[in-house]
Amino acid sequence: MLEVIAPFFQNLYEKTGINFIIFYDQYEYDRFIHAIWVSFQLIIACLIFSTIVGIIGAWAQGARSKLLRLTMAGYIQLFRNTPPLVQILFFYFVLGNFTPTYDAGGFQQAYIGAFGWAVVSLSFFAGAFNVEIFRAGIEAVPTATREAAESLGYSRLKAYIYIILPLAFRVCLPSLNNNLVNLLKTTTLAYAIAVPEMMYTANQVWSDNVNVPEMMFVLFVYYIGLVGVLVWMMNRWERKMKIPGYG
Amino acid sequence: MTAETTQPASNLAADTPATAWTPDQPMVSLKNVHKAFGELEVLKGVSLDVMKGEVICIIGPSGSGKSTLIRCINALNDIQQGSITVEGIEVNDPKLDKLELRKKVGMVFQQYNLFPHKTALENVMMAPLHVLKESKAEVEKRAVGLIKKVRLEGREHHYPGELSGGQQQRVAIARSLAMTPDVMLFDEVTAALDPETVKEVLVTIQELAEDGMTCILVTHEMGFARELADHIYFTDRGIIVEHGPPATFFTDAKDPRTKEFLSQIL
Repeated sequence: MLEVIAPFFQNLYEKTGINFIIFYDQYEYDRFIHAIWVSFQLIIACLIFSTIVGIIGAWAQGARSKLLRLTMAGYIQLFRNTPPLVQILFFYFVLGNFTPTYDAGGFQQAYIGAFGWAVVSLSFFAGAFNVEIFRAGIEAVPTATREAAESLGYSRLKAYIYIILPLAFRVCLPSLNNNLVNLLKTTTLAYAIAVPEMMYTANQVWSDNVNVPEMMFVLFVYYIGLVGVLVWMMNRWERKMKIPGYG
Repeated sequence: MTAETTQPASNLAADTPATAWTPDQPMVSLKNVHKAFGELEVLKGVSLDVMKGEVICIIGPSGSGKSTLIRCINALNDIQQGSITVEGIEVNDPKLDKLELRKKVGMVFQQYNLFPHKTALENVMMAPLHVLKESKAEVEKRAVGLIKKVRLEGREHHYPGELSGGQQQRVAIARSLAMTPDVMLFDEVTAALDPETVKEVLVTIQELAEDGMTCILVTHEMGFARELADHIYFTDRGIIVEHGPPATFFTDAKDPRTKEFLSQIL
């Protein structure tokens, strides 16, 4: 891959001074590819976990236990009302101090590193919004549908899994879509705790090579492309889930 | 003194299971049922008995408590006072096993309430699969039979949104029957239908009644009630004003309220 594009970008740099070093220098290229890999892992993990948090949280919000409901309300307030950057730093520097460590050949390594804390904090951050999004979807399912399930012998949990959630999902997909797009972009904050994702790597590359505008351009294109793909997939999913003759 | 020796006799009595239900006892029995929504008293002491295989119709003006009455029978609404038993199961028991009750009682609603994300056949199959955990092959066989019984062959794979109101209501009936209930509750099941499709649903219910299913219907279809019911109950303002077999009920009503109601609709 690099051999194919390198001459063009090398030439571009020599002729115009526009320095896309990640596309002709092996070392910077490897850093860039690694950044793609890390940011993919980070994004996918956060998308999945935040959705799970949303689904379970929305269930807990309707639970009989008052303690559980209050816990959910507190969680949502806490994570919605504080900046995600503060959350990441808090998780990494405060909670990170208390994580168990293991002996990694002469030094103590924490079980949860920067990447792990980024996934945890971003998932809980976006999860708080997802809970509210799923709640809106659940509330849109008519009581009558719930009663029909109940009268067929469904327990609350079974009705939630088989009937309410599938219907709620369809209602809340557009808002979920929005929040997941936001989450994708917010993963760049992991740069603050040195997770070598795209933002962090771009910063390192431009620090080493003084090519800030070029790397900024790469960042824009990268995130526009990623969000485009996510939105395209979500829209496809939305169409696929459309029920004939419903809504 | 040990706990064993001090245990009062009354506790022992409470622990013994209710006497087993036998078919010569009422299948559904309501005794002095009171139900209020906040301040609003909807049922003020309703009693009625339904024997196995009986078809009873509950009629009465809007807001008289008809729907609440049958919703209490399968514990969709709780009651404040009195007792409801279904095959000996005390519905008002705080320790009620709701699943046990709902296996015995099927319910069909005015607005069909099908699950819109599942096809007609899937709607019929869902509860036996999810709730009773029966094998798929067995459930499918039964579901196909039920779809046929409600005359919807060829519509198995249509979604509710692709079916007419009458067809949806028949799927809803098949869905309830798939749980093999002993008694069926019909809550104004034709009220949302246009006059032409009312008939197809009524025919389905009629066939069901003729097969010996115990049915409790809340209905405004007087002709249907007259033809099919073994017993008619007239409710007004939370009480049963008058009841009797259709032959005498429609021609020989005693209570002025019943007379007035009947004069308005017949």
